[in-house]
Amino acid sequence: MTLALRVALTRPQFSLEVECEVPTRGITGLFGRSGSGKTTLLRCIAGLERRAQAQIAFDEEIWQDADHFVPAHRRRIGYVFQESSLFAHLDVRGNLEFGLRRVPPSERRLSFDEAVTLLDLAALLPQRAPQLSGGERQRVAIGRALLMSPRLLLMDEPVSNLDQSSKAEILPHLERLRDISIMPILYVSHALGEIMRLADHLLLLEAGRVRAAGPVQEMLARSDLPLGRYEDGGSVFDAIVEEHDDRYHLTYVRIGAGRLAVARSTLSVGRRLRVRIDARDVSLALRAPELTSILNILPARIVDFSDAEDPAQTVVRLDAGGDPLLARITRRSAAELNLAPGTQLFAQVKGVALMGQ
Amino acid sequence: MGSVDLIALWLSLRLATLTTTLLLLLSAPLAWWLAMGASRIRTVVDALVSLPLVLPPTVLGFYLLLLLAPGGAIGSAFRALGLPAPAFTFAGLVIGSMLYSLPFAVQPLRDAFQGIGARPLEVAATLRASPWDRFASVALPLSMRGILTATVLCFAHTLGEFGVVLMIGGNIPGRTQTASIALFNHAEALEYGAAYHLSLVLLALCFLLLLTVYGTNRRLRTTGALL
Repeated sequence: MTLALRVALTRPQFSLEVECEVPTRGITGLFGRSGSGKTTLLRCIAGLERRAQAQIAFDEEIWQDADHFVPAHRRRIGYVFQESSLFAHLDVRGNLEFGLRRVPPSERRLSFDEAVTLLDLAALLPQRAPQLSGGERQRVAIGRALLMSPRLLLMDEPVSNLDQSSKAEILPHLERLRDISIMPILYVSHALGEIMRLADHLLLLEAGRVRAAGPVQEMLARSDLPLGRYEDGGSVFDAIVEEHDDRYHLTYVRIGAGRLAVARSTLSVGRRLRVRIDARDVSLALRAPELTSILNILPARIVDFSDAEDPAQTVVRLDAGGDPLLARITRRSAAELNLAPGTQLFAQVKGVALMGQ
Repeated sequence: MGSVDLIALWLSLRLATLTTTLLLLLSAPLAWWLAMGASRIRTVVDALVSLPLVLPPTVLGFYLLLLLAPGGAIGSAFRALGLPAPAFTFAGLVIGSMLYSLPFAVQPLRDAFQGIGARPLEVAATLRASPWDRFASVALPLSMRGILTATVLCFAHTLGEFGVVLMIGGNIPGRTQTASIALFNHAEALEYGAAYHLSLVLLALCFLLLLTVYGTNRRLRTTGALL
């Protein structure tokens, strides 16, 4: 099951030339700076860019080649636009039903009520778009796209125009969407934090070309890619809930390199989840730290160094129990501690974020 | 008001209703096509559609008379189908009025369609709406203001036309004599009392129509097609 892409589109001062295969499982993050061609590529996949010279095949079904062009309304996709896209002449229910009515019952995999529950839309149904906040509008737009029971859901920076609190309101819904995995999602974003939180697979676009593609965990740790340099760069780990500690209000999760203490979670023991460690939250010590307030200390080995965005800092790639772990420290510390590839040391982790709860 | 005036007024209302209905049905696809892109042929059509705005009605009427008369191109076509030539008939008035009011229907519709922009239609396409479906379920409802404006302008403009109807309709009471022509007859015959009454009725009618448009437009005012 893949989405095979070969797209060429030339515009004044911009050209998109992409050739790749995208897995149609889980969430694939389409990441790049603004102007790198993420949205244009997504529009080509949706069939909204007729002028693109493209070969697009979804699971052996040809959507576009030299002789065929399946128009957007026949591709059975869902699309969430970056900006608000609710029809002003319909209320929330009307917007949700607009697409649903056009899906034959035999193709529906999600009922109206299920979508309403999933995105918590019940209270909004009778309202009209002008009465909704930006976050609510986007939730309705996501619900409307889900109700298409699409074979592929395309999301174009669905939260980038929202304020922090609206983002915080929507992201858990997207995580739930990933966890129930009813449809593959292609998620465009220029926020690495969002990609780390949501995506399983990552496609990195630079100036209209695919720079690299692969599983998120590997991609984040690759020193030939600029991902670790970003302010919110870091590492993600697959983890399992091991134990709850009610006395100190902590939960212990196990990753390859050891055990991490995090704030008490409501997840049940044995539950799999993903944890994120930002590179800026990792400091390094040559000897096992004693008498420290930091709980999470993992043995690790230096793999290599790469430049950080800030010239005072360097990004150290570590091997922590087989998983890549990034640490961002000052260049001066690296020099004074004589850090070099192969050095065995201890990574002190100040913050661990649980994702997917 | 005399019975001649009432008959003329009734004829004008029938003419305006029929003209407006037919014209809207014809103009919507034309305006849609004009709104959906720019090309040389569209520019030419745009100019042609606007021609009745600047052309003296008598010029339009004269050409129509030539075409619609029994020996004219359209007149002979009608006769070949076993129908009477449309010159000096109600059908002729409808044809003339439709041409004369064409810009009043096409321009507000075209502007309304253009005002929607491409995005709502793209959104509808990703929701599996075919091009016709998008036109009917997105473009039309979002263009309500433009449709209302086109309707009222066509109606009022047809009600008030004079030159074209006089040229192609003649002045046959009960068949082609509209209210504005009846009014002209009264003034010619120095029947100022009757002229006053008819004028007042027409004035009130047009004002009420415009009042409806502006009142409704205010209520329909929205912040855009997408929210």
